[in-house]
Amino acid sequence: MPRLRHPILPVLGALALFTGAALPATSGSQPAPVRAPAPTLARPASPTKAPAADGFLRRWLLLEPIRVPGQLTQGVVQAAVKKDYFPDQLTVMPRDGDTVSVGDQALTWHAVDTTAYNVNLFHFAYALNKPTSNVLFWAVTVVNAPRDMPGVRLAIGSNAASIWWLNGEEVIALYNDRQSVIDDGVSRRVTLRKGPNVVRTAVINAGGATDFCARFLDEKDDPVTGITVSLGADGK
Amino acid sequence: MTVSLKSGLAAAALLLLIAPAIALDGEPGMHDPSTIIAAGGKYYVYGTGNGLPAYASDDGWSWRRAGSVMQTVPGGRPGADVIARGGNNTWAPDIIRVGDKYFLYYSAPGPQPKSAIGLLIGRTLDPASPDYKWEDAGPVVWSDGVEDSNAIDPGVFRDPTNGTLWLTYGSYFGYIRLVELDPRTGTRLHPERKPVNVAINSEASILIFRDGWYYLLVTHGSCCVGGNSTYNIRMGRSRKVTGPFLDNMGIDMIQGGGRLFAGSSGRHIGPGHFGLLDVGDGVQKFSCHYEADLDRGGISVLDIRPLLWRDGWPVAGDNVTAGTYEIESARTGTALEMAVQGVPVSGRRGPGGPPAGNPAGAADRGQSPVLAPIPAQEAAQVGGNWPTAPVDARLSPYMLQAQQKWTIAPVANAGGYPGSPYFKITITGTERALAATEDAEVQVLPAFTGGPEQLWRIDQLTDGTYRLMPKAVPSGKVPLALSAVGSSKPTLAAFKADSDRQRWLLKTP
Repeated sequence: MPRLRHPILPVLGALALFTGAALPATSGSQPAPVRAPAPTLARPASPTKAPAADGFLRRWLLLEPIRVPGQLTQGVVQAAVKKDYFPDQLTVMPRDGDTVSVGDQALTWHAVDTTAYNVNLFHFAYALNKPTSNVLFWAVTVVNAPRDMPGVRLAIGSNAASIWWLNGEEVIALYNDRQSVIDDGVSRRVTLRKGPNVVRTAVINAGGATDFCARFLDEKDDPVTGITVSLGADGK
Repeated sequence: MTVSLKSGLAAAALLLLIAPAIALDGEPGMHDPSTIIAAGGKYYVYGTGNGLPAYASDDGWSWRRAGSVMQTVPGGRPGADVIARGGNNTWAPDIIRVGDKYFLYYSAPGPQPKSAIGLLIGRTLDPASPDYKWEDAGPVVWSDGVEDSNAIDPGVFRDPTNGTLWLTYGSYFGYIRLVELDPRTGTRLHPERKPVNVAINSEASILIFRDGWYYLLVTHGSCCVGGNSTYNIRMGRSRKVTGPFLDNMGIDMIQGGGRLFAGSSGRHIGPGHFGLLDVGDGVQKFSCHYEADLDRGGISVLDIRPLLWRDGWPVAGDNVTAGTYEIESARTGTALEMAVQGVPVSGRRGPGGPPAGNPAGAADRGQSPVLAPIPAQEAAQVGGNWPTAPVDARLSPYMLQAQQKWTIAPVANAGGYPGSPYFKITITGTERALAATEDAEVQVLPAFTGGPEQLWRIDQLTDGTYRLMPKAVPSGKVPLALSAVGSSKPTLAAFKADSDRQRWLLKTP
């Protein structure tokens, strides 16, 4: 678990994200303009959240964006996610408010519930006065399965390129500039293990809108329900 | 008057048994084939000739002679009543299974138009079975040589709406006629009733049914003169089994109407004797013979082709031929590709930069462009860094790139399915082969090695799209078809006729 390097930031960040309070400017000299809260994101109000009939995973931990070159080809994207930005980036299960250092920036993890089928990363970053172009977003959530569920598929859409891991294994990669289309990228058949399963993604955006959506599909390509989503590896 | 001259030509056709693997394999030489019937995991068809020659196939692609029907009939020829009503010839049969019996109707012409159609009844089609025999059930219909009828070329039809059984027959002299049969015996149900005249100027008639319409398919033109035969299959439709059958212009077939279903094309002259072959899962094919197969010295051969439906009419499809294709998902509109980083065919072009092929960037500056053609992208140009290990397959927007172009080619001596051999599907310009994996996904292997997971069955579906199925999925027992999940994932799944998931377009890149 990363250390909390700036204990005050998560509080301010959360306020900015959900109430519109200003974040300190990253330059430190001028206060950032006050922006409206992300209209589609809310702070989780319960320990777990069950997907609706459409199956979309609506609870996530989002890390504030990391600046990256805005190239989206297969080689560049694969290289970008293999770069070490912060410790244990492919295994860490952060908590809301944790911060990590990436270069000279302190970036905060935010727990969010989305009111839409997708997670609007533009809303997320804009509300925090963070860049929305030429950026990489890390996101992670925990899917709790009531039993072993073999033969399911992770199905995602992302704007733009994205890589997805299930329980540490890469299962989907989408490249190039693209819109977030439901079930744009679908994994091979995988097994959701009984108990917690970690779903992680890195989404890279070059410019404009940026978002993602994710759900599991069963053997009939129907949304998987009967699972819950939480933000802790212990399923809580 | 046109009178069939079938038997002599058919006998000659049988002499040439070896041919290039184009329109079926093995011994497809035959004339006036019956409807192809599946039984006991095999396919059977019967044709014109001495004793009614039988043909069998294990897969619907490679055919062989399987003796003759009359070899199990006492006397080895039509029964005395049949000969008395018609003659001693044995032509143009048709067959149907009703319950646990097979009804085989055959033409027994004498001096035409004095002819008869006889019935043989069997319990099995397997010549190796101890139960294999055909029993003479006498003549069913006949023509006396004067009336407006030539009672040959039977076509038998089971109405799926009510289980009634019908027979159409006739050949040029006079009318194509329709009578109802008794499903229990195969003989006429109401012999006292006058047959219904349904068409004229044709032969080889047969009925099929779909979506509330009865379709009468007949063969027009002349037969039995090889490459000079004008045989062609035409059709009309009716809401009632008894007609009237009108063509696409509203002309009654009894007045000579008939919309073209199949004519001469490619290397095949004179299709005739339509037969429906339903292979299940909503996939339909039809059989016919060609009067002349130019790739087999001009003999008459059997063929099996896809049956499509468009605007309420059957359409003759064509089996897949070797070539280079884009394989596009009907579900997603994205194209099957090997999952490697693509290279834009016009080179990488940044904002404001000139495209490859236009190094001066003249067009961008509003000057008179000097634009060289950009050649098609080949694997040899861009494949240098492609992995040597197996690579996943995926779906992406079609961008004319090398990893998106597939060469489909038949594989010799690997068997097949009704109408076609198995194919290999490789990235054009390479031996990288599309293959099924043990976990029922698809990948691209570095080379084609001939394994059943690399052999593909490609059926054209009734809407003109295609179904692609590996011959075998490793460790799998259930047939699976190439399927699109979401926008970018090809996988294998059970075929569902009502879904676009397993429908693919084969486009010329």
